[in-house]
This record gives sequence, structure tokens and C-alpha cells, in this order.
Amino acid sequence: MRQGIIAGMALALLVCVPGTALAEDGDAYVAARGPGGVHPDLNGIWQALNEANHDIELHMARASVQLRDGPHGPVPSLETYKLGAVVSVPPGMGVVEGGKIPYKPEALAKKLENQADWINLDPEVKCYLPGVPRANYMPQPFQIFQGENTLFFAYQYAGAVRDIFTEDPGPAPIDTWMGQSVASWDGDTLVIEVTGLNDQTWFDRAGNHHSSQMKVTERYTPTGPDHLHYEATIEDAETFTRPWKISMPLYRRKEANMALMDFRCVEFVEELMYGEWRRNPLPR
Amino acid sequence: MHTGEYVSRAVRIAGGAVIALGLLGSTLAGADDIPRTAEGRPDLSGNYDVATLTPLERPRMFGENRFLTRAEADRIAAEERDRMAAAQQDTDPDREAPPVGGDGSPGAAGNVGGYNAFWIDRGDDTIAIGDQFPTSIIVDPPNGRLPEMTPAARERRMARRAMFRENTGEAWWLEEGLAVGPYDDPELRPLGERCLLGFGSTSGPPMLPVLYNNVKRIVQTPDHVMILTEMVHDARIVRIGGEHAPPDVRRWMGDSVGRWEGDTLVVDTTNFRDQTGLSGGTEHLHVVERFRRLDADTLLYSFTVEDPTVWDAPWSGEYPWPATDGSVYEYACHEANYALGNIMRGARLLEADVTGAGAE
Repeated sequence: MRQGIIAGMALALLVCVPGTALAEDGDAYVAARGPGGVHPDLNGIWQALNEANHDIELHMARASVQLRDGPHGPVPSLETYKLGAVVSVPPGMGVVEGGKIPYKPEALAKKLENQADWINLDPEVKCYLPGVPRANYMPQPFQIFQGENTLFFAYQYAGAVRDIFTEDPGPAPIDTWMGQSVASWDGDTLVIEVTGLNDQTWFDRAGNHHSSQMKVTERYTPTGPDHLHYEATIEDAETFTRPWKISMPLYRRKEANMALMDFRCVEFVEELMYGEWRRNPLPR
Repeated sequence: MHTGEYVSRAVRIAGGAVIALGLLGSTLAGADDIPRTAEGRPDLSGNYDVATLTPLERPRMFGENRFLTRAEADRIAAEERDRMAAAQQDTDPDREAPPVGGDGSPGAAGNVGGYNAFWIDRGDDTIAIGDQFPTSIIVDPPNGRLPEMTPAARERRMARRAMFRENTGEAWWLEEGLAVGPYDDPELRPLGERCLLGFGSTSGPPMLPVLYNNVKRIVQTPDHVMILTEMVHDARIVRIGGEHAPPDVRRWMGDSVGRWEGDTLVVDTTNFRDQTGLSGGTEHLHVVERFRRLDADTLLYSFTVEDPTVWDAPWSGEYPWPATDGSVYEYACHEANYALGNIMRGARLLEADVTGAGAE
């Protein structure tokens, strides 16, 4: 048995050495093997570097995350103007393939309503769990834990977690904020099917939304020692006219002392959510 | 788990303990009968149900007895089984509404006979380690009880307890002229009520069994061990090797650094905030935990706690973590925490009764 383990370790070393030696991004990249020596090693702390959390669609810069009509065009809303440029929206080419989300007409109307009342409706404002795929491109790191036959994602934002099944347990027993994730491997691509999501989460701060019928199929493919190519196919016939896809790179956080820290924003929103019920409320 | 399984679990653990004892002194040799990772470390990964009927502190009725007899352990399990069976009886659909002022039903029944017990899961049996049935999780001090508190810590605890009273429907804190009442601000409420940590040190460290939601999930990589507590989806991330974070880093569950001592994972945790999941703990809390695989189905979880600003001496405990087929479910606490706002609102209404002010 121990000889077997040693042989396995030697094999893993042999496989991983060329992977790291030829550490070039591209189709030919062969990632180092992870625990167990079979699948690529996705362990590490990752983060998206884009504007998707502001708006996953192609968009120009906007004066504020929430706007109102001004005398000469849109201006920041009553609720957000005091924050000035801090809550303005940086431009982005978008992460949606084809640029636009294929909403049904009534779903598009709801998106516009969401956007117009962002401060009251975006679950991020209240520090609610982000859902999938939004968790992956919040502007905070997340950590993948990959054992021999185990997977777990921990997000710094709100301490959100995803316990990833490596064997399909059957339909999710109940809808949840982070859904039920079931993993499989397609060659060197980690495929995660996410179902059992509730309809409370958004895709971004632009009001993009979905129903509880949504199924997300994620694909994580190593393209270099410090890069993953991330894709998510969105299926939700209640909200969209057809399946659609987002994609983006995920980057490894390289800082020598990198670690997830506490971002338990629950305590940060107590003033927002409960401040009016203090015995001596602060000015509001 | 019923009696038959209970016995079989005890036998299983007994077997594991014998093997574990055999390993002492030759911990690097490595046994073939426990799952191991490719690096040869014991594989701790899995789901564990840590519920147990054995309390943290030894009940005074057991005096100096460190162990129950098997008959006593069986009796405790049978009593819990009967209690739960009674509590889970269907409610009589023709039941009258509770009288004005309540029906006197205690605790979670809320004085209106509400709540049955389907959500309670304190486990089905007591701890069994080998063929022994400890009377408490605490093993040191030998009396199985927490050490004496420092005078300052005792004073803090008494002040805290004085704030927890049955709701009499009166704003007693106003009538007693307290400068700060218990419901003045959300920051004054317990961490569990605020959805910041689960109650009862379920997320720890030390991680203790609580009334419900006792499933843990461990995922192990060569560099990290992640321990998920179901309640409030608290993931502890233990990095193997290295130094603690700088002192300015303060975390709700502390900063955990692990190391392997033979086949035992030792986790050292410091850098707590001024409030901890463990009742009474402070920023000076220091916890050392040990995870040892007894067999393919059982971990032995041991811990030593010290905080010289709270207890006169360090204290230690241990209990087994049996594997479970159960999953960890999402515990989205904050997302539906209507209680915290309502607790504060209710207090404002009671205050208005005293002051005569109109409350909205």
C-alpha cells in the first residue's frame, strides 16, 4: 500500500513537472495535477478583474449606479448623488457573449425597474448571499479547495460558501441563495451544474435578474499556472428567450501573504436595516 | 440512531481506539486502516455529525465520576428518544387557542404552545470513546467543569446575565433607570441573533455541539484544511504551516495555523475579536485543537482553551466526530433575519407604554 502511495506521488511529480516547466498560456497548456494526480490543480485564491459586477452587459460609463432624469439627460439619483464619482459606473465591454442578455419583454421591463430602484432592490446592498454566477466576479477573492475527490468554494464576500458535490445527490431539496452545485470533469475542464437557485439574487448592480428556474452550467479551464478560463451558460426559459453565456478569465492572487479575510458585511448593514429601531436613532 | 446502532457505533469506536493506542509512539509509521492522502497524511475529509447528549460540563449529579456505565448511557439515550417522540406528536387539530397571557409552555414553545421538536437534533446518544462513556466533554480540570473565572470576567458575565430576562411585557430597563438597555442597539444583541456566528460556539473554536445543525464538513488539500460549520455557513480556513497573521488582523473565528504532529492535525488559533463564538471569550483567547482519525468513520476532536483574562487555568475537552451520510445545507441566516428588527421594534413599543410616547 505504501509502495503504491509512493509510486503515485512519483507519477504525480512526473506529470506536474512538464506542466509547470512549459507554463505558457494557450491551448497547449497542461496544468499541474492536483491531489490524486488525475485532474488539474485548481487549488488557490482567485479573483475576476473586470466590470461585470457593475453590469455584465456591454456598457458605457454612467454617472451613478442609480440615475434619474435631469434637465439635460440622466443625473445621479437622490439616493446616490452624495457619493459622487465613487458610485459612478466604470465602462466595460461586457462578459455576455453577443453583448446583450436575451430577455423576454416582460423580464426586460423588470430589469429596468430593478435598475431604477437599485438601492432598495440589489441584494448586494443588504449583504445578502450573491448567488451563482455573481459570486465569482464580485470584486473580492475566493478560494477553491480541491482534495482528491472533494471540492469547496469559499468566498470572502459575505462569507458565502459552495459545498460542491462530486456525486450527483439528485434534485436539490429546496431552493437556496447559492444553489446546489454538482461537479464533473470534461478532460481538464471542471464542469459544475448549479440548480436549486432561488430568484432573489441578481447578476450585477444593473438589475439583471433571473427566476428560480435558472440552471447555470459553469466551466473552469486552466489556461496557465495563474489563470482559469471561466464560462457560465445560463438557462432560464421563464426569463430568457434562449440560453446565453458569460465568460471571463479568473486570476490567481499572487501576494505572498494572500489569505481570505473577514468581510462579514452583515454587521455593516445593521445601521441600514435596523438603525431606525435604535432606542436613540442616529440622524437618518 | 437507535440502541442497536448505538451499540454498534460504540463497538466500532472501541476498535478504533485500540488501533489508535497501538500507533502511539510510532506515529510516523502510518497505519493502513485509515484513509490517507497522496502525501500520506491521514485524510480527514468528510461530513461529521457532532451532536451528542453529553454536555460540555459534567452535571453535578455525577460528582467525581468521569464515566457513565453503559447502562447509564443507554438510559440517557432512551430518555431522549422518549422525550423527542413525545415532543413530535402531532398537534391536536381541534386544540383550543391558548388563553390570553399564554398557556405557560416553556422555551421555544413561546408560551403559546408553538413549535414542535422536529428541528431539534441534539443527537441520539452520549459520547463513547472506546468502551468508555465520559460524563462531560471537558476532561481537564478533572472535575469536568470549567475552571474558576477571573473576578473581572465573572463581573462581565453577571452583567450580561442580568440583561437576559423573560419578557414580562414591560420595559423594565426603563423602569429600573438603566443608562443602556439590552435592546437599545443591534450591536448589544448576541452574535447568534445578529447572524454573525452560530450560537453555542458551534463554529468555534473550540467547536462544540449545539441544539441543532451539528453537521461539519471537512475538505483537505495539501496546504489547507477547511472546516465548514452548517450554522451561519461559517467556513474556517486552516492553512498548514507558516506564522499567525499580524496582531492587527482580528477575525470572528480567529486566525488558524495547522501543523501535522505525526498523524494528528494540530490547529493553533489566535487573533480573535473582542467577542468570540465561545461564551465569555475575549481577544486574548488562544485555542489549540487536535484532529485525529480513530478509524475510517470517526475523528477524535480534542481542544485546549486558554484566556487568562477569563479563566484561572487552561481547560481541555474532547469528543468523537462520527461520519454521517447527511449533507450540509445552506443556512442563510441574515437573509431572513426578521427577528432582530422585530426584537428592537418590540422594545420601542414597550418603552412607549412607559413614556406614553406614541410608537409607530
